[in-house]
Amino acid sequence: MSALKVGILASYEYLDSTVDAIEGLRKAGFDEVKAYTPYPDHHIEHALGYGQSPVRVWTLVGGLTGAAAGLAFTSWTSLDWPLVVGGKPMISIPAFVPIIFEMTVLFGALSTVVGLFVLSRIPNIKPAVVYDPEFTAGRYGVYVEATADRLDEARRIMNAQEPIELREGDVASV
Amino acid sequence: MASVDRIERGKLTHPDVHRLDDVNRDVLKILSAPGKGWWALFAFAAAGVALFLGSWFYQIVNGIGVSGLNAPVGWGVYITSFVFWVGIAHSGTLISAILFLFRAPWRQSIYRAAEAMTVFAVMTAGLFPLIHVGRVWHAYWLIPYPNSRFLWPNFKSPLVWDVFAVTTYFTVSAVFFFLGTVPDLAAARDRATGLRKKFYTIISLGWQGTDQQWHHFGKAYIFLAALATPLVLSVHSVVSWDFAMAIVPGWHATIFAPYFVAGAIYSGVAMVITLVVPLRKIFGLEAYLTTKHFDAMAKLCLLTSLIVLYAYLSEFFLAWYSGEEIERTAFWNRLFGTYWWATWIMLVCNGMVPIMLWFKRVRYSIPALFVISIFVNIGMWFERYVIVVTSLHHEYEPFAWGVYRPSVTEMCILLGSFCWFGFWFLLFTRLLPPIAIQELKEVLPPPMRRKPPAHSDEPVEVRA
Repeated sequence: MSALKVGILASYEYLDSTVDAIEGLRKAGFDEVKAYTPYPDHHIEHALGYGQSPVRVWTLVGGLTGAAAGLAFTSWTSLDWPLVVGGKPMISIPAFVPIIFEMTVLFGALSTVVGLFVLSRIPNIKPAVVYDPEFTAGRYGVYVEATADRLDEARRIMNAQEPIELREGDVASV
Repeated sequence: MASVDRIERGKLTHPDVHRLDDVNRDVLKILSAPGKGWWALFAFAAAGVALFLGSWFYQIVNGIGVSGLNAPVGWGVYITSFVFWVGIAHSGTLISAILFLFRAPWRQSIYRAAEAMTVFAVMTAGLFPLIHVGRVWHAYWLIPYPNSRFLWPNFKSPLVWDVFAVTTYFTVSAVFFFLGTVPDLAAARDRATGLRKKFYTIISLGWQGTDQQWHHFGKAYIFLAALATPLVLSVHSVVSWDFAMAIVPGWHATIFAPYFVAGAIYSGVAMVITLVVPLRKIFGLEAYLTTKHFDAMAKLCLLTSLIVLYAYLSEFFLAWYSGEEIERTAFWNRLFGTYWWATWIMLVCNGMVPIMLWFKRVRYSIPALFVISIFVNIGMWFERYVIVVTSLHHEYEPFAWGVYRPSVTEMCILLGSFCWFGFWFLLFTRLLPPIAIQELKEVLPPPMRRKPPAHSDEPVEVRA
């Protein structure tokens, strides 16, 4: 059982203050820094050190599965009850391309969405430890969880960038 | 070390929007109590939906004989309207997916409305094959499964491709549309109270705008756009092959796929203009939908109108150049035969009227664009009518020629379909933010504590 942690959330008005706060916290050794933004901002992603999103693997696997399923389905059903139509071969790939293509897109798109849901942990209507409803309007937020011994340090770094407000809440112990 | 480039695009497209939370204030205001005008439109649309369902019910009870469909014209107003509505849908995906990939800076304000239009137009289109088949209780035969003799549907048939194309298109565009609204639904949740708050809490899926969520969301959105782009081109190509794969003179042409796709985008952009002009007026969105946006849409309309006109002319030319007697007769019959009026409505509305869009004054005049867009909508419906009906009524054997007249039931269902579409669109403007809040913020200049020096193009360092 880990020690009791406190979640601190700072709301900032400006983008550059937010980026500075994130970089300050990361430099001080806080690894689990979370940012809230009203829109996706690449400066914040950069400050948090993001790489490639694994969503692309979901898209690729889904698309390939769809293509394989489309080809297998059309071919198998044609051979299951062999009937020559329009003098075409039993398995006539050009005529199956539209079906294969649509299945690729359908499976690819749906698995992308499933991947997104899994990776970003939605749907999840359980409330966060601390949240500011202004984040969806115009404020930026920085959230960090700290144990009692590092609490003051985190507060100091976040306050240095003049937040609009600082909220705190106890994190349920694991 | 990150550096922030000064974002000038937001200033260009939305000079009157200054702060990020202004967007929330102005857009979420629309979701509050509706005014009299909205209720009047909604009542009108609801009455139309009653007409639509009532006429369909009348046809179900009395049989497909109440329509004008008979030999030789077995495809009439219903198939025309199916192609029309699928076409309308296309420009929504064009604006939301293709222009997203091309990073067109003018799409942000329009794309939500355009995407909603796509979803509702495909919903409307999808009903027409069901109406058309007559015995709608057998509609499940469209699902590919083996019949009682274990024979599967013929996957070499374009009609089966069409089932796959349209259902995939509906699924993907609905998912794409919903996913794009999730961050905005969270914005609505954070402002709403009471029952509305519960509603938005559930449908926003617990979105909070954390870095992790945005990171995956951004990538997923790009991939969905990349999948939707070829999808939209494929769907209307497949619809065109419903015709082009047959040997009917007037249908059997290799030009059909690009011709249909261009026509679809053309009619769809016109429909976006038709929908967005009143939206802007009623909800006071002048700061978000500027004349620059309308200019860009008008240019897209002009471009596609030229492609469509080129396709018309090349069809006539190739009919003559082929030296094929039947083909020549079919096209001569289009211009001067029984349905000459439909062809001329098509040529005037789609080929002549948009010539006015060459003039900048017209492109910047919103009333003028609204009127032109209505002409294009009418013209594009008649284009499909010309393709479907004039080709079928005058095929090879003279004894099999015949004339088709749409019945009152068919016309009621056609008019009702517009109300059905409008009904959903009106509900949409009240329940979901009709302008993409978060995407608009991406093109607005971000708030900075360290103000950039005036009249300087130097990038501003984020860290002092």
